[in-house]
Amino acid sequence: MSSSIAESVESARRKRAFSVMTILFALIVIVFIISMDTGELKLTPHEVLNTLLGKGDAKQELILFQFRLPRMVMSLLVGAAFAVSGCILQGVTRNVLAEPGILGINAGAGLVVVLFISVVPVSGTIFLLPLLALLGAGGTAALIFSLSYRRNHGISTIRMLLVGIAVAAGISATMLVLTLRLNPEQFKFVQVWLAGSIWGTDWRFVLALVPWLVVLLPLVFVKARVLDVMNLGDLTARGLGAALSRERLIMYASAVGLAGAAVAVGGAIGFVGLIGPHVARRLVGPQHPYLLPASALAGALLLIISDTFARLYNIPTGIVVAVLGAPYFLYLLMRTKGQN
Amino acid sequence: MQSHPFSQSGQSAESIQSRPIAAVILLIGGSVLLVLSAALSIAVGAADISLATVWESIVHFNPDLTSHQVIHQLRIPRVIAGALTGAAFATAGALMQGMTRNPIADSGLLGINAGSGLLLAICFAFFPGMSFVHLLFFSFIGAALAAGIVFGAGSMVKGGLTPVRLVLAGAAVSALMLAISEAIAIHYNVGQELAFWYAGGMQGVQWAQVKIIAPWILGSIAIAILISRSITLLSLGEDIATGLGQRTGLVKAVGALLILILAGASVSIVGAVGFVGLIIPHVSRYLVGVDYRWIIPCSAVLGSLLVVLADIGARMFNPFAETPLGALIAVIGVPFFLYLAMNERREL
Repeated sequence: MSSSIAESVESARRKRAFSVMTILFALIVIVFIISMDTGELKLTPHEVLNTLLGKGDAKQELILFQFRLPRMVMSLLVGAAFAVSGCILQGVTRNVLAEPGILGINAGAGLVVVLFISVVPVSGTIFLLPLLALLGAGGTAALIFSLSYRRNHGISTIRMLLVGIAVAAGISATMLVLTLRLNPEQFKFVQVWLAGSIWGTDWRFVLALVPWLVVLLPLVFVKARVLDVMNLGDLTARGLGAALSRERLIMYASAVGLAGAAVAVGGAIGFVGLIGPHVARRLVGPQHPYLLPASALAGALLLIISDTFARLYNIPTGIVVAVLGAPYFLYLLMRTKGQN
Repeated sequence: MQSHPFSQSGQSAESIQSRPIAAVILLIGGSVLLVLSAALSIAVGAADISLATVWESIVHFNPDLTSHQVIHQLRIPRVIAGALTGAAFATAGALMQGMTRNPIADSGLLGINAGSGLLLAICFAFFPGMSFVHLLFFSFIGAALAAGIVFGAGSMVKGGLTPVRLVLAGAAVSALMLAISEAIAIHYNVGQELAFWYAGGMQGVQWAQVKIIAPWILGSIAIAILISRSITLLSLGEDIATGLGQRTGLVKAVGALLILILAGASVSIVGAVGFVGLIIPHVSRYLVGVDYRWIIPCSAVLGSLLVVLADIGARMFNPFAETPLGALIAVIGVPFFLYLAMNERREL
């Protein structure tokens, strides 16, 4: 009797999750189509279709294939990566405020960018930046891990949160001192980078980002149940037989990989990582097998909408993300009853 | 949903206790150190003044001596402002962490820093050359506005204002205001001015400002200590607090108001020196245990001490081009906090 109730609850949940994800996916497709037509140079849907079929003129092909499409694909990938990374971190740390920033990813990448900009002229070898940002993000995350690791205990969540605060604060202070010394041109570049602007608008950057997602997303989706178990608390999780330390490390590492790669090409669009998973949770509930893919879709949708506006008005994408995302999130927050 | 980020359930029994003796020692020792560093802070600067002169200028003030004038008009207001804002940030942070039970929450999450930053960005962009006093005023208005939205949005819901909602609403509103001010800063090219303000510093603090903020900050800290027992209960969890007969709604409303006054006033004077509010409460909790009746006064003393010391450093490094206060606080605070964090034995 009770098991059949549980089954029907489960199936209702699954139905709801699938319909939410279908809607999100449909929205992404619609926005993608609109976004292809939008930009400083407007293309009509008909022209876009023609160009896609290989019948456009050279200028249309250049705009669509070399400028618009890579940036759009990039924003989808970056949005999904940040949101899944945030979802993992909120699950593992059981902290609602967790986002890729707590692993020092934004701070580390930002510091490297500021250092680089203060040494090399802005117009210089900019294409090196993603690589350096990735190194900075990974290095900082590794530093935080090693400082919060204790032999025989592994990485405790609270220690990692606290160490993360300290390291990020130290790096931010260093950055502050450095940015105040920059000249206005350098300062503006750094500011725009930190505000989050998808600037790796080249197929090469897209190709560099894809492997991370192709490897890490399926891995994380397969491990989704582990996050559910972790959510029950350390003692319960251990009691249920989870190899807690190891699983946690895998999860953290995946989160670093996803967000680090994303921050390298997308700048510090940290807010997607905070809000994407929360929006998804309010839509599909807290079960990670549904929550993780829903987060990916929500993050991708939020970012492609934001980036379309950002391209139109020529402002950093991260700003649009916050301006669009925050009110919607507040609305969801006020509308749904607390699930806690 | 993850709503108990800082529950003490996993702690071992001995670390749950509060340590009143340690707290008393800390309060007395901290206050003595504070007085000493205040004296030192008055003595050092672009023009070095001996401690004897400092003492003399206080007991036998002679308006004809330049050094006495410097001490009275520049150094003393500055050190008092430092002590006040440090205490205010730390107390506000302790209240925030106690109320929301989230270790990565600080007073900035009520939207205070972001709101004040937004109005400052607007002032810099549209009314350049505004006087310092007006900037102060608008900065505070911005803080109040943002905190009002956070608190309003968080409480206008079915189920009321839970700590989780409060921090989430705070994060969202902060991000929104930050984004708008970034957009303004980038569009009108006032980013670096804003960054200078944000970096924090106490150059040019005058008696007039100290006199405005002092009663508010001191009064709020006193009220915070009065309600500290309720904060301790809240920090055990909303259900427990309600079960023990707390009027949690009232406590949270008073707490939020105190945070707004404390952090809002301080941000308008020294800029967004957020780290004090984040680490000092942790340091206090680590040293004196989990009772907010001790955590709040100890945080106030330690916060004052940290900011006064950092301000000395800001002038010592390079007296003529002061290092940003926020950066120096991080230099002092980060290693110490890191040490404490690495020894953290609690589990979630």
